[in-house]
Amino acid sequence: MRYLTDRKRAIGRGASGTGTEHHWYMTVSAVGLAVMVPTFLIIFGKALGQGYAEVHATFARPLPAILTAMVLVVGLNHFRRGAQLMIEDYTRGVSRKIAVIFVITFSYFLMACGLFALAKIAL
Amino acid sequence: MVQFTLPKNSKIRVGKTWPKPDGQNVRMFSIYRWNPDDGKNPQVDTYFVDMDTCGPMILDALIKIKTEIDPTLTFRRSCREGICGSCAMNIDGINTLACIYGMDEVKGDVKIYPLPHMPVIKDLIPDLNHFYAQHASIMPWLETKTNRPGKEWKQSIEDRKKLDGLYECVMCASCSTSCPSYWWNGDRYLGPAALLHAYRWIVDSRDEATGERLDDLEDPFKLYRCHTIMNCAKTCPKGLNPARAIAHIKKMLVDRTV
Repeated sequence: MRYLTDRKRAIGRGASGTGTEHHWYMTVSAVGLAVMVPTFLIIFGKALGQGYAEVHATFARPLPAILTAMVLVVGLNHFRRGAQLMIEDYTRGVSRKIAVIFVITFSYFLMACGLFALAKIAL
Repeated sequence: MVQFTLPKNSKIRVGKTWPKPDGQNVRMFSIYRWNPDDGKNPQVDTYFVDMDTCGPMILDALIKIKTEIDPTLTFRRSCREGICGSCAMNIDGINTLACIYGMDEVKGDVKIYPLPHMPVIKDLIPDLNHFYAQHASIMPWLETKTNRPGKEWKQSIEDRKKLDGLYECVMCASCSTSCPSYWWNGDRYLGPAALLHAYRWIVDSRDEATGERLDDLEDPFKLYRCHTIMNCAKTCPKGLNPARAIAHIKKMLVDRTV
Protein backbone atom coordinates (compact mmCIF):
# COMPACT_ATOMS: atom_id res chain seq x y z
CA MET A 1 0.00 0.00 0.00
CA ARG A 2 1.38 3.38 -1.00
CA TYR A 3 -0.43 6.57 -0.10
CA LEU A 4 -0.07 8.32 -3.44
CA THR A 5 -2.56 10.79 -4.80
CA ASP A 6 -4.39 9.88 -8.00
CA ARG A 7 -2.69 12.78 -9.74
CA LYS A 8 0.77 11.54 -8.75
CA ARG A 9 -0.06 8.05 -10.00
CA ALA A 10 -1.34 9.46 -13.30
CA ILE A 11 1.73 11.63 -13.90
CA GLY A 12 4.12 8.85 -12.88
CA ARG A 13 7.69 9.74 -13.81
CA GLY A 14 6.61 12.07 -16.59
CA ALA A 15 7.24 11.69 -20.30
CA SER A 16 10.47 10.03 -21.42
CA GLY A 17 10.64 12.15 -24.57
CA THR A 18 11.06 9.07 -26.78
CA GLY A 19 8.81 6.99 -28.96
CA THR A 20 8.48 9.18 -32.02
CA GLU A 21 11.66 7.80 -33.60
CA HIS A 22 10.37 4.27 -32.99
CA HIS A 23 6.98 5.14 -34.50
CA TRP A 24 8.58 6.75 -37.56
CA TYR A 25 11.03 3.87 -38.06
CA MET A 26 8.21 1.31 -37.92
CA THR A 27 6.11 3.31 -40.39
CA VAL A 28 8.93 3.76 -42.89
CA SER A 29 10.26 0.20 -42.57
CA ALA A 30 6.72 -1.21 -42.96
CA VAL A 31 6.35 0.64 -46.27
CA GLY A 32 9.82 -0.47 -47.35
CA LEU A 33 9.20 -4.09 -46.41
CA ALA A 34 5.85 -4.08 -48.23
CA VAL A 35 7.88 -3.58 -51.43
CA MET A 36 11.02 -5.53 -50.55
CA VAL A 37 9.53 -8.76 -49.15
CA PRO A 38 7.38 -9.68 -52.19
CA THR A 39 10.32 -8.93 -54.53
CA PHE A 40 12.62 -11.02 -52.35
CA LEU A 41 10.10 -13.88 -52.28
CA ILE A 42 9.93 -13.91 -56.09
CA ILE A 43 13.74 -14.10 -56.36
CA PHE A 44 14.01 -16.62 -53.54
CA GLY A 45 11.14 -18.68 -54.96
CA LYS A 46 12.82 -18.91 -58.35
CA ALA A 47 16.08 -20.05 -56.76
CA LEU A 48 14.34 -22.60 -54.55
CA GLY A 49 15.02 -26.19 -55.61
CA GLN A 50 17.74 -25.20 -58.06
CA GLY A 51 21.29 -26.58 -57.96
CA TYR A 52 24.15 -24.88 -56.09
CA ALA A 53 25.55 -23.28 -59.25
CA GLU A 54 22.21 -21.64 -60.18
CA VAL A 55 21.60 -20.40 -56.61
CA HIS A 56 25.16 -19.09 -56.43
CA ALA A 57 24.66 -17.31 -59.76
CA THR A 58 21.40 -15.76 -58.55
CA PHE A 59 22.75 -14.41 -55.26
CA ALA A 60 26.08 -13.37 -56.75
CA ARG A 61 24.21 -10.75 -58.78
CA PRO A 62 24.13 -7.34 -57.05
CA LEU A 63 20.34 -6.81 -56.93
CA PRO A 64 19.32 -10.13 -55.29
CA ALA A 65 22.28 -10.00 -52.89
CA ILE A 66 21.66 -6.41 -51.78
CA LEU A 67 17.91 -6.97 -51.59
CA THR A 68 18.38 -10.09 -49.46
CA ALA A 69 20.75 -8.23 -47.14
CA MET A 70 18.29 -5.36 -46.84
CA VAL A 71 15.37 -7.69 -46.12
CA LEU A 72 17.46 -9.30 -43.39
CA VAL A 73 18.59 -6.05 -41.78
CA VAL A 74 15.41 -4.00 -42.16
CA GLY A 75 13.10 -6.98 -41.56
CA LEU A 76 14.81 -8.13 -38.39
CA ASN A 77 15.11 -4.60 -37.04
CA HIS A 78 11.38 -4.23 -37.67
CA PHE A 79 10.80 -7.55 -35.92
CA ARG A 80 13.01 -6.51 -32.98
CA ARG A 81 11.13 -3.30 -32.38
CA GLY A 82 7.72 -4.87 -32.96
CA ALA A 83 8.44 -7.80 -30.66
CA GLN A 84 9.73 -5.42 -27.98
CA LEU A 85 6.49 -3.46 -28.22
CA MET A 86 4.48 -6.65 -27.84
CA ILE A 87 6.51 -7.75 -24.82
CA GLU A 88 6.02 -4.33 -23.23
CA ASP A 89 2.27 -4.71 -23.78
CA TYR A 90 1.92 -8.06 -22.09
CA THR A 91 4.62 -8.39 -19.42
CA ARG A 92 5.86 -6.43 -16.43
CA GLY A 93 8.86 -6.04 -14.16
CA VAL A 94 11.95 -8.23 -14.42
CA SER A 95 10.34 -10.68 -16.87
CA ARG A 96 9.71 -7.74 -19.22
CA LYS A 97 13.38 -6.72 -19.12
CA ILE A 98 14.61 -10.30 -19.61
CA ALA A 99 12.26 -10.86 -22.54
CA VAL A 100 13.27 -7.56 -24.18
CA ILE A 101 16.99 -8.38 -23.82
CA PHE A 102 16.35 -11.85 -25.25
CA VAL A 103 14.43 -10.59 -28.28
CA ILE A 104 17.05 -7.94 -29.07
CA THR A 105 19.87 -10.48 -28.81
CA PHE A 106 17.93 -13.07 -30.81
CA SER A 107 17.15 -10.56 -33.59
CA TYR A 108 20.78 -9.52 -33.98
CA PHE A 109 21.87 -13.17 -33.87
CA LEU A 110 19.43 -14.07 -36.67
CA MET A 111 20.60 -11.04 -38.65
CA ALA A 112 24.24 -12.09 -38.31
CA CYS A 113 23.42 -15.70 -39.29
CA GLY A 114 21.47 -14.54 -42.34
CA LEU A 115 24.17 -12.16 -43.50
CA PHE A 116 26.83 -14.83 -43.00
CA ALA A 117 24.80 -17.33 -45.03
CA LEU A 118 24.23 -14.78 -47.76
CA ALA A 119 27.93 -13.94 -47.91
CA LYS A 120 28.79 -17.64 -48.03
CA ILE A 121 26.46 -18.20 -51.01
CA ALA A 122 27.12 -14.95 -52.86
CA LEU A 123 30.88 -14.68 -52.55
CA MET B 1 -0.21 -6.62 -17.36
CA VAL B 2 -2.30 -9.01 -19.37
CA GLN B 3 -4.57 -11.27 -17.32
CA PHE B 4 -6.07 -14.35 -18.90
CA THR B 5 -8.19 -15.35 -15.92
CA LEU B 6 -10.06 -13.43 -13.28
CA PRO B 7 -8.56 -13.31 -9.77
CA LYS B 8 -10.14 -15.80 -7.37
CA ASN B 9 -12.16 -13.13 -5.56
CA SER B 10 -13.48 -11.72 -8.86
CA LYS B 11 -14.89 -14.93 -10.31
CA ILE B 12 -18.57 -14.42 -11.00
CA ARG B 13 -21.18 -16.67 -9.37
CA VAL B 14 -24.79 -17.23 -10.37
CA GLY B 15 -26.87 -14.89 -8.25
CA LYS B 16 -30.46 -14.44 -7.23
CA THR B 17 -33.34 -14.78 -9.67
CA TRP B 18 -36.15 -12.37 -8.88
CA PRO B 19 -39.81 -13.31 -9.44
CA LYS B 20 -41.17 -13.01 -12.95
CA PRO B 21 -44.15 -10.67 -13.27
CA ASP B 22 -47.27 -11.58 -15.21
CA GLY B 23 -47.55 -10.22 -18.71
CA GLN B 24 -46.75 -11.03 -22.31
CA ASN B 25 -43.99 -8.53 -22.85
CA VAL B 26 -41.49 -9.45 -20.14
CA ARG B 27 -37.76 -9.13 -20.67
CA MET B 28 -34.93 -10.74 -18.72
CA PHE B 29 -32.03 -8.68 -17.38
CA SER B 30 -28.82 -10.28 -16.14
CA ILE B 31 -27.01 -7.71 -14.03
CA TYR B 32 -23.58 -7.84 -12.38
CA ARG B 33 -23.76 -7.35 -8.61
CA TRP B 34 -20.96 -6.90 -6.13
CA ASN B 35 -21.11 -5.55 -2.63
CA PRO B 36 -17.77 -4.65 -1.00
CA ASP B 37 -19.31 -5.04 2.45
CA ASP B 38 -20.44 -8.68 2.35
CA GLY B 39 -17.07 -10.23 1.44
CA LYS B 40 -18.63 -12.41 -1.25
CA ASN B 41 -17.62 -12.85 -4.89
CA PRO B 42 -19.52 -10.92 -7.54
CA GLN B 43 -22.68 -12.48 -8.88
CA VAL B 44 -25.10 -12.02 -11.74
CA ASP B 45 -28.68 -11.45 -10.60
CA THR B 46 -31.61 -12.05 -12.90
CA TYR B 47 -34.52 -9.63 -13.08
CA PHE B 48 -37.64 -9.62 -15.19
CA VAL B 49 -39.13 -6.34 -16.37
CA ASP B 50 -42.56 -5.81 -17.87
CA MET B 51 -41.74 -3.80 -20.97
CA ASP B 52 -45.33 -2.53 -21.30
CA THR B 53 -44.79 -0.38 -18.22
CA CYS B 54 -41.17 0.56 -18.88
CA GLY B 55 -39.50 3.29 -20.91
CA PRO B 56 -37.59 2.49 -24.10
CA MET B 57 -34.01 2.88 -22.85
CA ILE B 58 -31.82 0.53 -20.82
CA LEU B 59 -31.57 3.19 -18.10
CA ASP B 60 -35.37 3.20 -17.83
CA ALA B 61 -35.27 -0.51 -17.06
CA LEU B 62 -32.50 -0.07 -14.50
CA ILE B 63 -34.43 2.69 -12.76
CA LYS B 64 -37.56 0.53 -12.82
CA ILE B 65 -35.66 -2.39 -11.31
CA LYS B 66 -34.23 -0.16 -8.58
CA THR B 67 -37.56 1.48 -7.86
CA GLU B 68 -39.87 -1.51 -8.01
CA ILE B 69 -37.84 -4.68 -7.56
CA ASP B 70 -34.46 -4.28 -5.86
CA PRO B 71 -33.54 -0.95 -4.24
CA THR B 72 -30.00 -2.21 -3.49
CA LEU B 73 -29.04 -2.18 -7.18
CA THR B 74 -26.41 0.54 -7.54
CA PHE B 75 -25.52 2.50 -10.64
CA ARG B 76 -24.62 6.06 -11.63
CA ARG B 77 -27.04 8.19 -13.63
CA SER B 78 -27.86 11.84 -13.91
CA CYS B 79 -28.92 13.66 -17.07
CA ARG B 80 -30.62 10.68 -18.83
CA GLU B 81 -29.88 12.22 -22.23
CA GLY B 82 -26.27 11.38 -23.06
CA ILE B 83 -24.68 14.58 -21.83
CA CYS B 84 -23.22 13.78 -18.41
CA GLY B 85 -21.64 10.38 -19.20
CA SER B 86 -22.53 9.01 -15.74
CA CYS B 87 -24.40 5.89 -16.81
CA ALA B 88 -21.61 4.34 -18.90
CA MET B 89 -21.65 0.58 -18.52
CA ASN B 90 -21.17 -2.59 -20.54
CA ILE B 91 -24.49 -3.51 -22.11
CA ASP B 92 -24.71 -6.66 -24.20
CA GLY B 93 -20.90 -6.60 -24.61
CA ILE B 94 -20.70 -2.97 -25.67
CA ASN B 95 -19.50 -0.06 -23.56
CA THR B 96 -22.13 2.61 -23.91
CA LEU B 97 -24.45 4.99 -22.09
CA ALA B 98 -27.51 3.27 -20.65
CA CYS B 99 -29.61 6.40 -21.14
CA ILE B 100 -29.22 6.55 -24.92
CA TYR B 101 -29.00 2.81 -25.61
CA GLY B 102 -32.38 1.54 -26.68
CA MET B 103 -33.87 -1.70 -25.46
CA ASP B 104 -34.58 -2.58 -29.10
CA GLU B 105 -30.84 -2.51 -29.87
CA VAL B 106 -30.31 -5.62 -27.73
CA LYS B 107 -31.38 -8.99 -29.04
CA GLY B 108 -32.52 -11.50 -26.43
CA ASP B 109 -31.75 -11.13 -22.74
CA VAL B 110 -30.05 -7.95 -21.61
CA LYS B 111 -26.67 -8.49 -19.95
CA ILE B 112 -25.32 -5.55 -17.99
CA TYR B 113 -21.85 -5.34 -16.45
CA PRO B 114 -19.73 -2.43 -15.19
CA LEU B 115 -17.13 -0.92 -17.53
CA PRO B 116 -14.48 -3.61 -18.13
CA HIS B 117 -11.13 -3.86 -16.41
CA MET B 118 -11.77 -1.14 -13.87
CA PRO B 119 -11.87 -1.56 -10.11
CA VAL B 120 -15.50 -1.84 -9.03
CA ILE B 121 -16.81 0.27 -6.17
CA LYS B 122 -20.21 -1.42 -6.09
CA ASP B 123 -22.44 -3.18 -8.64
CA LEU B 124 -22.26 -1.16 -11.87
CA ILE B 125 -20.08 1.64 -10.48
CA PRO B 126 -16.43 1.58 -11.54
CA ASP B 127 -13.69 3.53 -9.78
CA LEU B 128 -12.79 6.32 -12.23
CA ASN B 129 -10.33 8.24 -10.01
CA HIS B 130 -7.27 7.26 -12.05
CA PHE B 131 -9.13 7.95 -15.29
CA TYR B 132 -10.03 11.47 -14.13
CA ALA B 133 -6.50 12.07 -12.84
CA GLN B 134 -5.14 11.14 -16.27
CA HIS B 135 -7.55 13.61 -17.82
CA ALA B 136 -6.36 16.31 -15.41
CA SER B 137 -2.74 15.51 -16.26
CA ILE B 138 -3.16 16.63 -19.87
CA MET B 139 -4.08 20.15 -18.67
CA PRO B 140 -7.62 20.32 -20.06
CA TRP B 141 -7.77 24.09 -20.17
CA LEU B 142 -6.62 26.95 -22.38
CA GLU B 143 -2.96 27.78 -21.69
CA THR B 144 -1.86 31.23 -22.85
CA LYS B 145 1.28 33.29 -22.40
CA THR B 146 0.24 36.44 -24.26
CA ASN B 147 -1.44 39.08 -22.13
CA ARG B 148 -5.18 38.59 -21.94
CA PRO B 149 -6.91 40.56 -24.71
CA GLY B 150 -9.43 43.29 -23.89
CA LYS B 151 -12.47 41.37 -25.07
CA GLU B 152 -11.93 37.72 -26.00
CA TRP B 153 -9.48 35.26 -27.57
CA LYS B 154 -10.49 35.35 -31.20
CA GLN B 155 -10.76 32.24 -33.32
CA SER B 156 -11.53 31.93 -37.02
CA ILE B 157 -14.45 29.83 -38.19
CA GLU B 158 -12.02 27.39 -39.81
CA ASP B 159 -10.02 26.97 -36.61
CA ARG B 160 -13.18 26.52 -34.59
CA LYS B 161 -14.26 23.75 -36.95
CA LYS B 162 -11.12 21.81 -36.00
CA LEU B 163 -12.61 21.30 -32.53
CA ASP B 164 -15.69 19.56 -33.88
CA GLY B 165 -15.59 15.86 -33.10
CA LEU B 166 -13.39 16.58 -30.08
CA TYR B 167 -15.18 18.92 -27.69
CA GLU B 168 -18.29 16.70 -27.61
CA CYS B 169 -16.56 14.07 -25.47
CA VAL B 170 -18.43 13.63 -22.16
CA MET B 171 -15.68 11.63 -20.42
CA CYS B 172 -17.87 8.58 -19.93
CA ALA B 173 -14.79 6.28 -20.14
CA SER B 174 -16.49 3.90 -22.59
CA CYS B 175 -13.58 4.24 -25.04
CA SER B 176 -10.72 3.86 -22.58
CA THR B 177 -12.28 0.82 -20.94
CA SER B 178 -12.81 -0.85 -24.32
CA CYS B 179 -9.13 -0.48 -25.25
CA PRO B 180 -6.93 -3.56 -24.66
CA SER B 181 -3.87 -1.34 -24.39
CA TYR B 182 -5.61 0.54 -21.58
CA TRP B 183 -6.59 -2.73 -19.92
CA TRP B 184 -3.02 -4.02 -19.85
CA ASN B 185 -1.16 -0.74 -19.25
CA GLY B 186 -3.76 1.67 -17.94
CA ASP B 187 -1.41 2.85 -15.21
CA ARG B 188 0.94 4.40 -17.79
CA TYR B 189 -1.03 4.65 -21.04
CA LEU B 190 -3.29 7.70 -20.99
CA GLY B 191 -6.04 6.02 -22.96
CA PRO B 192 -8.21 7.28 -25.82
CA ALA B 193 -10.37 9.67 -23.78
CA ALA B 194 -7.49 11.61 -22.22
CA LEU B 195 -5.62 11.67 -25.54
CA LEU B 196 -8.68 12.93 -27.41
CA HIS B 197 -8.90 15.76 -24.90
CA ALA B 198 -5.16 16.37 -25.19
CA TYR B 199 -5.54 16.77 -28.94
CA ARG B 200 -8.56 19.03 -28.45
CA TRP B 201 -6.26 21.52 -26.65
CA ILE B 202 -3.24 20.94 -28.91
CA VAL B 203 -5.27 21.79 -32.00
CA ASP B 204 -7.00 24.80 -30.42
CA SER B 205 -5.68 27.87 -32.27
CA ARG B 206 -5.87 29.99 -29.09
CA ASP B 207 -3.74 27.67 -26.97
CA GLU B 208 -0.07 28.67 -26.65
CA ALA B 209 1.30 25.56 -24.94
CA THR B 210 1.35 23.27 -27.99
CA GLY B 211 5.04 22.43 -27.60
CA GLU B 212 4.76 21.65 -23.89
CA ARG B 213 1.66 19.56 -24.49
CA LEU B 214 3.44 17.53 -27.18
CA ASP B 215 6.50 17.18 -24.92
CA ASP B 216 4.32 15.76 -22.18
CA LEU B 217 2.87 13.15 -24.53
CA GLU B 218 6.08 11.99 -26.19
CA ASP B 219 6.46 8.72 -24.38
CA PRO B 220 6.30 5.04 -25.44
CA PHE B 221 3.61 4.38 -22.84
CA LYS B 222 1.62 7.59 -22.45
CA LEU B 223 0.86 7.90 -26.17
CA TYR B 224 2.46 5.17 -28.23
CA ARG B 225 0.66 2.28 -26.51
CA CYS B 226 -2.15 3.06 -28.96
CA HIS B 227 -1.92 0.36 -31.63
CA THR B 228 -4.88 1.65 -33.64
CA ILE B 229 -7.12 -1.18 -32.47
CA MET B 230 -10.08 1.21 -33.00
CA ASN B 231 -12.31 -0.24 -30.26
CA CYS B 232 -12.56 3.34 -28.96
CA ALA B 233 -14.08 4.65 -32.18
CA LYS B 234 -16.39 1.64 -32.45
CA THR B 235 -17.78 1.96 -28.96
CA CYS B 236 -17.98 5.75 -28.44
CA PRO B 237 -21.64 6.48 -27.65
CA LYS B 238 -21.20 10.02 -28.99
CA GLY B 239 -19.86 8.79 -32.33
CA LEU B 240 -16.41 10.35 -31.85
CA ASN B 241 -13.13 8.95 -33.13
CA PRO B 242 -10.39 9.09 -30.48
CA ALA B 243 -8.11 6.90 -32.64
CA ARG B 244 -8.03 9.63 -35.29
CA ALA B 245 -7.15 12.24 -32.68
CA ILE B 246 -4.30 10.03 -31.43
CA ALA B 247 -3.08 9.54 -35.01
CA HIS B 248 -3.04 13.33 -35.43
CA ILE B 249 -0.93 13.72 -32.26
CA LYS B 250 1.52 11.11 -33.57
CA LYS B 251 1.67 12.93 -36.90
CA MET B 252 2.37 16.25 -35.17
CA LEU B 253 5.19 14.64 -33.19
CA VAL B 254 6.69 13.19 -36.38
CA ASP B 255 6.29 16.53 -38.18
CA ARG B 256 8.36 18.34 -35.58
CA THR B 257 11.10 15.68 -35.83
CA VAL B 258 11.31 14.84 -39.54
